[in-house]
Amino acid sequence: MSAFQQKQAVTQTPGGHAAPGGGLYARDRAWHPAALTPPYKTSVARSPVRAPISFSTTLSEETGPVFTQDMLGPLDADLIHNYAKSPEGAIGPRIVVQGRVLDEDGRGVPHSLVEVWQANAGGRYRHKKEGYLAPLDPDFGGCGRCITDEFGNYEFRTIQPGPYPWPNGPNDWRPAHIHFSVFGRSWGQRLITQMYFDGDPMIWHCPIVGTIPSREGIESLVARLDMEATIPMDARVYRFDIVLRGRRQTLFENRMEGL
Amino acid sequence: MQRIERLKESPSQTAGPYVHIGALPNFAGIDGVYDEDLGQRMVLGAVRGEQITLRGTVYDGTGAALRDAMVEIWQADAAGLYAGQDGADPAFTGWGRQAGDMETGAFAFETVKPGAVPFRDGRMQAPHVSVWIVARGINLGLQTRIYFADEQEANAADPILARIEHRDRISTLMARPEGDGTYRFDIRLQGEAETIFFDI
Repeated sequence: MSAFQQKQAVTQTPGGHAAPGGGLYARDRAWHPAALTPPYKTSVARSPVRAPISFSTTLSEETGPVFTQDMLGPLDADLIHNYAKSPEGAIGPRIVVQGRVLDEDGRGVPHSLVEVWQANAGGRYRHKKEGYLAPLDPDFGGCGRCITDEFGNYEFRTIQPGPYPWPNGPNDWRPAHIHFSVFGRSWGQRLITQMYFDGDPMIWHCPIVGTIPSREGIESLVARLDMEATIPMDARVYRFDIVLRGRRQTLFENRMEGL
Repeated sequence: MQRIERLKESPSQTAGPYVHIGALPNFAGIDGVYDEDLGQRMVLGAVRGEQITLRGTVYDGTGAALRDAMVEIWQADAAGLYAGQDGADPAFTGWGRQAGDMETGAFAFETVKPGAVPFRDGRMQAPHVSVWIVARGINLGLQTRIYFADEQEANAADPILARIEHRDRISTLMARPEGDGTYRFDIRLQGEAETIFFDI
């Protein structure tokens, strides 16, 4: 199959597949955490020793799974109510987390699945293997998901999670955080990260935050309070944008880039 | 001098030990929020091609099985077409998500054997499954590929396998047939027989 035929074979679909263009921009591995970060102890035995092998992305990395709105339930993006037995919902500071999924060129990434999970207001996770002494909230599960709109916007309604202690050093605590899993439009954009809250002093004590090499990188994961957007007498709004890898616009489809 | 303005990708953070809450809540014991966990079923009906089971376990540098890993796969259908491409098998999602068993670490995907997919220059890549592994202690999701040990001819011509300098490591990317449509693919994060990971 020639490169031209390959171009014909992949068409833009409503599911949001990118048409074939250039490869994805290379990941800046000096910007991301290294695999081996000894202050985060579990990384010591779970980090590859050998260098990863590079190649320019192929169709396998430039396509990705498609998720559609009909997969979602009406309360999937409302963590205050999606596990609640009572109409009032979960206990804790009521917040809305809203933002955009963008690529490195600043373009919104539409139809992208965003999944979140978090502890409750007391820092307790609802998980079989978790036994922190802070109580579970019978009205809070801690999972949510949504799909970005045509401009890449997303929004969750939840309660602000509490900080929580974990067995790493003798007295390590996670800052308040929400875990994010994002798909984008291609497999090579797949990303899991965490969102932190502006002004939380715990951010600067955390070995997991500390795996990020630069202060600028850490700051990019800190959501900002958006008072203008805040809904009076209901919920404060935190704004958190997520940036996924961008993609080259190729002029020469069959050039052997990087190979 | 003009400046090239680009945003920086959001830095990765570990998925942590409770990734299941967000990704596989029913598996984590959180019932009633989602009807079913995403990515559990890749085959939705009368699928084309050979149905196979991919089984494996993720091991750390001490040889211990990870009991909190999450593995996702993305692959073409039996004809080598990805979901979303014209003519792709509507009964096949191409994407799967499984957690390691909380006691043994074992995971399994019920899928189909993928067809060959073209490389950028039109040469064919050998049949492969793209794999992404996250867990507590993994700061950036690890990317690897599963190739099939019984596809020797295609593997010999694969443009990516051809670039691997240490030929003795290629075996770490091979899923081995165990009969009855099952293939085994274990992942070793570190040390002896460390799996090849890709920077893609």
